[in-house]
Amino acid sequence: MSDLALLALNLTEARDGLARKMFSARELAAAYNDAVSKAKPLNAYITPTPERALAMADAADERLARGEALPLDGIPIAVKDLFCTKDILTTAGSHVLDGFHPPYESTVSDKLWQAGGVMLGKTNLDEFAMGSSNTTSWYGPVENPWRRPGDNRPLVPGGSSGGSAAAVAAHAALAAIGTDTGGSIRQPASFCGIVGLKPTYGRCSRCGVVAFASSLDHPGPMARTVRDVAIMLSAMAGHDPRDSTSAPVPVADFEKALTGDIRGLRVGIPQEYRVDGMPRDIEALWQQGVEWLRTAGAEPVEISLSMTKYALPTYYIIALAEASSNLARYDGVRFGLRVEGDGLEEMYELTRAAGFGAEVRRRVLIGTYVLSAGYYDAYYLKAQRVRTLIARDFAAAFERVDCILTPTAPSTAFAIGEKSGDPIEMYLNDVFTVPANLAGVPAISVPAGLSGDGLPLGLQITGRAFDEETVLRVAQVLENAASFRHLPSFLAGAGR
Amino acid sequence: MALDKETVAHIATLARIRVAEAELELLANELSHILSWVEQLNEVDTTGVAPMASAAAASLPMRDDAVNDGGCREAILGNAPRVARGFFTVPKVVE
Amino acid sequence: MIEGRTGKWETVIGLEVHAQVISKAKLFSGAATGFGAKPNTQVSPVDAGFPGMLPVINRFCIEQAVKTGLGLAAEINLHSVFERKNYFYPDLPAGYQISQYLQPVVGHGRVSLDMPNGTVREIGITRLHLEQDAGKSLHDRHPSLTYVDLNRAGVALMEIVSEPDLRSGEEAGLYLRKLRSILRYLGTCDGNMEEGSLRCDANVSVRRPGAPLGTRCEIKNVNSIRYVMQAIEYEARRQIEVIEEGGTVEQQTRLFDAARGVTRPMRSKEEAHDYRYFPDPDLLPLVLDPDWVERIRADLPELPDARKARFMSEYGLSADDAGVLVAEKETALYFERVAQRRESKVAANWVMGDLFGALNRLGVGIHLSPVSAEQLGALIDLIADGTISGRLAKDVFAEMVASSADPAAIVEAKGLRQMTDSSAIEAAIDTVLASQAGRVAEYRAGRDKLYGFFVGQVMRATQGKANPALVNQLLKKKLAG
Ligand SMILES: [Mg+2]
Ligand SMILES: [Zn+2]
Repeated sequence: MSDLALLALNLTEARDGLARKMFSARELAAAYNDAVSKAKPLNAYITPTPERALAMADAADERLARGEALPLDGIPIAVKDLFCTKDILTTAGSHVLDGFHPPYESTVSDKLWQAGGVMLGKTNLDEFAMGSSNTTSWYGPVENPWRRPGDNRPLVPGGSSGGSAAAVAAHAALAAIGTDTGGSIRQPASFCGIVGLKPTYGRCSRCGVVAFASSLDHPGPMARTVRDVAIMLSAMAGHDPRDSTSAPVPVADFEKALTGDIRGLRVGIPQEYRVDGMPRDIEALWQQGVEWLRTAGAEPVEISLSMTKYALPTYYIIALAEASSNLARYDGVRFGLRVEGDGLEEMYELTRAAGFGAEVRRRVLIGTYVLSAGYYDAYYLKAQRVRTLIARDFAAAFERVDCILTPTAPSTAFAIGEKSGDPIEMYLNDVFTVPANLAGVPAISVPAGLSGDGLPLGLQITGRAFDEETVLRVAQVLENAASFRHLPSFLAGAGR
Repeated sequence: MALDKETVAHIATLARIRVAEAELELLANELSHILSWVEQLNEVDTTGVAPMASAAAASLPMRDDAVNDGGCREAILGNAPRVARGFFTVPKVVE
Repeated sequence: MIEGRTGKWETVIGLEVHAQVISKAKLFSGAATGFGAKPNTQVSPVDAGFPGMLPVINRFCIEQAVKTGLGLAAEINLHSVFERKNYFYPDLPAGYQISQYLQPVVGHGRVSLDMPNGTVREIGITRLHLEQDAGKSLHDRHPSLTYVDLNRAGVALMEIVSEPDLRSGEEAGLYLRKLRSILRYLGTCDGNMEEGSLRCDANVSVRRPGAPLGTRCEIKNVNSIRYVMQAIEYEARRQIEVIEEGGTVEQQTRLFDAARGVTRPMRSKEEAHDYRYFPDPDLLPLVLDPDWVERIRADLPELPDARKARFMSEYGLSADDAGVLVAEKETALYFERVAQRRESKVAANWVMGDLFGALNRLGVGIHLSPVSAEQLGALIDLIADGTISGRLAKDVFAEMVASSADPAAIVEAKGLRQMTDSSAIEAAIDTVLASQAGRVAEYRAGRDKLYGFFVGQVMRATQGKANPALVNQLLKKKLAG
């Protein structure tokens, strides 16, 4: 099989091809290693690990030969550089973690390797996962493999798991793991034309994931199809005694949930998501999604998520408060960057000023402020109370419906530097994704069509806590109806 | 809430991030802008609403009192910018 | 009450005690807690605040805190919350300490103090909460560097906060001794101040009797009970002097300089502390099963106050003696082993008299006593059954202290067995009387006072081994002629 044909296979197809000995895990890994180096212009990877990929592929081949194949045997996977990987540089996209080689492996990546997965490398991200465009990384911006037809300006892949999304979209990874604190899996999935799932809070362990905002961080899978994502989730999920917020809930075989049958399912359409200034093509695609699901036998139901408007400011207060504390450990003492100064306090201040980029500094300062004496009640406690109301919105909605259909993001990928100045303009990217993080419920983005300017658009299915099965089942119905087969210009273009 | 330069300087000290005097003004404006945006939450009546600290519904899981970690000084010190004789070192602290 | 230049002053003291929980592993990690290990050898990536590492709580540490709460007659809060206390310090790896703030695991309780005048004082406990210890910073190993050892980082501490109910250094000392005694009885903290298992911060203020509370100063980390007492007395007098000189007391954190016996303000600039407490999002609320709490309550050991009452009723001891014997758990256990099937007052006298004296001279605690409770009991038995006299027993005890040998073996080896053979004693008496014919005549003529002289001579002739009662009986008969 040619490299190009190998790379065109999705995870499910590759798994079946390996099982049928149509190619070896080593051949697959070698093809992907090659694709990773060819994709260098996208800057999707911070640290490729080609030797490790080959070694893991060889081990997978041995198991495949013995007929003892594991669920992900030989599947090349990219890892967002927010997951700690034992003895492999882990940066969180930050200068402050210079040279950090963790002496441990994150639970989620470890589970993937235990399931036979092959590690391709560590992907680029917004610094400490703080961003929606992947432009804040110390290792430079990631480029979206997509471009607008007739417009050569590089576009952002979305963020913060932009490197993972770009790698999967550019066929430089068969699947990837990301983290989603306010939309960081789903929004880049939407921007890059792939599938991204944020599972229920507690479904995938946070142990070994560099923390941004502990109560909002969700590790999750990104891949080319809903089935691929279901297979990934089955391997990644599960209770972890090393994470006190990990849920002791059994893990289903999520692939089995993909029955294609959604007859009688009630799908909520929240009126509050019709925000001002949402592009007409997104509005139209959303309507199209409703029709697809209706055609498949589901019943659309108008619902109200009245607090939607307040989700973003609520999210920012809580996320930044937690981040300001989570990032206190980067002090130049035990790992990473250290800038010497005159005495301890200056060492701290210089290290953290040099180590953190502008967006991280800004967020840490705001987080510090909203927790500080005299402001805690007005900001932090207030936001936690509104969070309760947002969670209640979902709880009430899920008494009437089985899932909720919305757009994933209010825009398509934008050009690097197109939206700079105002941080709030950037924050608004997360308006549709943030509520699920606050409530902790699962949500998926599925590529559903192209915008007027030829860029991918995702639709989002949100479900009840621990009901990823319904989310995946509905998502697959959408996926089939949309039959999104477009390839990014990076793949369609010269050389490939 | 409009933040003044002094407040920003104070927060920066609390957060141990050096901010140049020249940057304070700009930062004060940026932070004020973001804070006034989040203040739209004041429109929401939250009387009697309990704060939500986590989406996890359970209570705190506990582990047994067993020693199964530590004893890995190389791993602990291995990433440190400065060490001496088995210790991390920092510029001298005066108490 | 302190007499100042301008009248009487009252000292008001509240103590914050940090008691290290006895446990094998740390509060939130599986690293060991032992004292004195090589630097950074008892550190897990969790303790070092490594990225992505998460805390998971140790059930036994919670049990220890609940047990301590019950021992302090305190409310146990079935719902409590761990919060982060944010500040930067090199021995605080994560940049925050996981502690409890608004909702501690233990609420109001009390400790009763036996005052020297025989009265009892109740001291209120405000709260007890669980938190992580910090690491250790060593400032004196290098001219320009501070060395950081994280072995202690993450070890479980109970912070026990008293109400401002204490009124003198002496009371503070009594409170600390009593608290330490309770902790040791419970087995929740070893109370070892030299190793830092028990550390004390004292909040001290002064006021005119009956006036509202004055401005307080916090004296940090004093590492012996004696120093706490000294520091408080010094600080109270300092504050009185400041006020009497027309100044005002400044609220500040001070350190006790043990060498000079004074307190001084901490040199580091006390930036306005703003700890930005908030619930730790890595941890969920701690919810205790009420049945579990009741099982812990049912298994509580007998505590000092109850044991004292029992010693008084069961052994007929005075309040003072019982108080002395129960103060340390080991002493009480020792005493009870000695008093087993023996005259309890005799046992108490030996323990508090000769044994305490010997331990004092040796400068060791009762757990290192060269004489075991069984050996001391055996010595008492030898007196009771007449094998040795009470007087010789003192010599035997001295020998036991020196050699840790059994009393019977010492008696045998040194031939100290009491002479109870009346014919031998008679022979000794005869010899003495024969050699003192003149004095015998004087005695018989009415000089009764000479009787003691004859007893002394007989005892000398028998190297002290003659049974004194027999000597009396026979001597009287012989002298009577
Ligand atoms: Mg305190
Ligand atoms: Zn404390």
